[in-house]
Amino acid sequence: MQESLVNLTDVTFNYGNSTVLKDITLTVQPGEFWALIGPNGSGKSTLIKILLGLLKPDTGSVELFGEPISSVSHKERIGYVSQKSNSFNSGFPATVLEVVRSGLTKKTGLFKRFSKEDTEAAMNALLEVGMEKFADRNIGELSGGQQQRVFISRALAAKPDLLIMDEPTVGVDQQNSASFYSMLEKLNRDNGIAIILVSHEIDLVTDLASHVACLNLTMHFHGGRRDFAKLNDKDLSRWYGHSVRLIHQEEGDSSND
Amino acid sequence: MIDALFTYEFLQNAFFSGLIIGVIAPMLGLFIVVRRLALIADALSHVSLAGIAGSLYLSQQVLFFAGLNPIYLGMAAAVGGSLLIERLRRVYRNFEELAIPIILSAGIGFGAIFISLAKGFGADLVGYLFGSVSAVSRQDLLVVAVLAIAVFVFIYLFYKELFTLSFDADYSTASGIKGRWIQMLFMVLTALVIGASMRIVGILLVSSLMTLPVAAAIQVAKSFKSAMLLSILFGEVSVIAGLFAAYHLDIAPGGTIVVTAIIILLFVLIGKWLTGKGTVRRKGEVL
Repeated sequence: MQESLVNLTDVTFNYGNSTVLKDITLTVQPGEFWALIGPNGSGKSTLIKILLGLLKPDTGSVELFGEPISSVSHKERIGYVSQKSNSFNSGFPATVLEVVRSGLTKKTGLFKRFSKEDTEAAMNALLEVGMEKFADRNIGELSGGQQQRVFISRALAAKPDLLIMDEPTVGVDQQNSASFYSMLEKLNRDNGIAIILVSHEIDLVTDLASHVACLNLTMHFHGGRRDFAKLNDKDLSRWYGHSVRLIHQEEGDSSND
Repeated sequence: MIDALFTYEFLQNAFFSGLIIGVIAPMLGLFIVVRRLALIADALSHVSLAGIAGSLYLSQQVLFFAGLNPIYLGMAAAVGGSLLIERLRRVYRNFEELAIPIILSAGIGFGAIFISLAKGFGADLVGYLFGSVSAVSRQDLLVVAVLAIAVFVFIYLFYKELFTLSFDADYSTASGIKGRWIQMLFMVLTALVIGASMRIVGILLVSSLMTLPVAAAIQVAKSFKSAMLLSILFGEVSVIAGLFAAYHLDIAPGGTIVVTAIIILLFVLIGKWLTGKGTVRRKGEVL
């Protein structure tokens, strides 16, 4: 059997006295494309932080690539893309290539300098997101959508098996976010990279993903997209705590996490 | 000055340690500035003032300190301050910048106490505050040279980690880079450089040599590498021009070096404005 990329079992997490995540169980297999959806404050970002090893759950176990998270030796197998707005200082003097190559820092290892191959890997990663022409441009000169492509490319440079993205299209306009999503689809289909995409845009991401996880304190649903599509709006609205309809996203639901 | 440079050892000391500091201060400064921590250098220089003042006071009281170069206690105080800042930044997680004024005040506070206790140090103190061309000893130059080697080795070995950490600290943690001890080493080195630079630039102005050349460089640099090279270039020009002016006009070199750096910054800003690449103007906005 193939090793699972992610194996969460009965994970519970508390901030002080309030429980943020309760009994979360989730398995992600190679090549799957998961949409992690849920309303604001449902614990999506907390779950991502647990997956990245930035937070430790109070109970339950977290395994990545078949190993307990504390002893995972190859963290570069995960590529992480955060929300655009809070990830960097736009006046930073760095070229696109320098930023993408920084995705190889961990893989290259301590006390070593970047080699020619590392630079080539970074260029290839830029090619995959269609940004190779911008390699020598200053990162701050690019538009929000272009910057987000660069950050995906930084995550791709180390050739990860799993991409984890936390609301990557916040602050990116609609047209650009559509082409951004089709690029993700291509990466998943052609390169076989598994993806966990956190989003509040239910329709967009459920059309894109092969699997859906619906989170609000507990995991209300996790499974294939077809099964998710069979759910009725009433269940979904109950989990969300307010009215939600599939197919057409409601205007009022477009707030950010 | 060129003739004098061949004749007088004190001038050689000042000139060569100036040249070295002109490279390493902006080099470290670049990493500090891009992380929006420019004031850390200020806090550390004030802590090293406390160390120097303490050493000068003790030299009047205890025989052992009479023969000790005050630069050592100044460097030690700066290192202590840098470790405390890192500690405080963790205590005040949501107010990280608060660590800087706390340490800065502590430095001035202790400095003022030692200076008063010793009933002032006269010309000596002015030299430490604003730098001096004549006070740099062979021993000071040696300390600066050894430090420079440590800084070069450190940046050579950890360039990519330092870049990744500075560009995006969250990403760097998420990708499993052990940033904490690299950051700690960086702070200790910065503290040592600040402590060692004060003979030349002076305590009050050493942080300027870490930030002003960088401020000019990031206005024009597209890449991080070019930002580093330009910072060093601007730093060197400031030090050389500043030292010449200080020698000929008999002024404290701290002042002339920093004013040169300010002039360079002004030229860069004006040049950028003239070529139309200045701060992005909103559409329709009239200047």
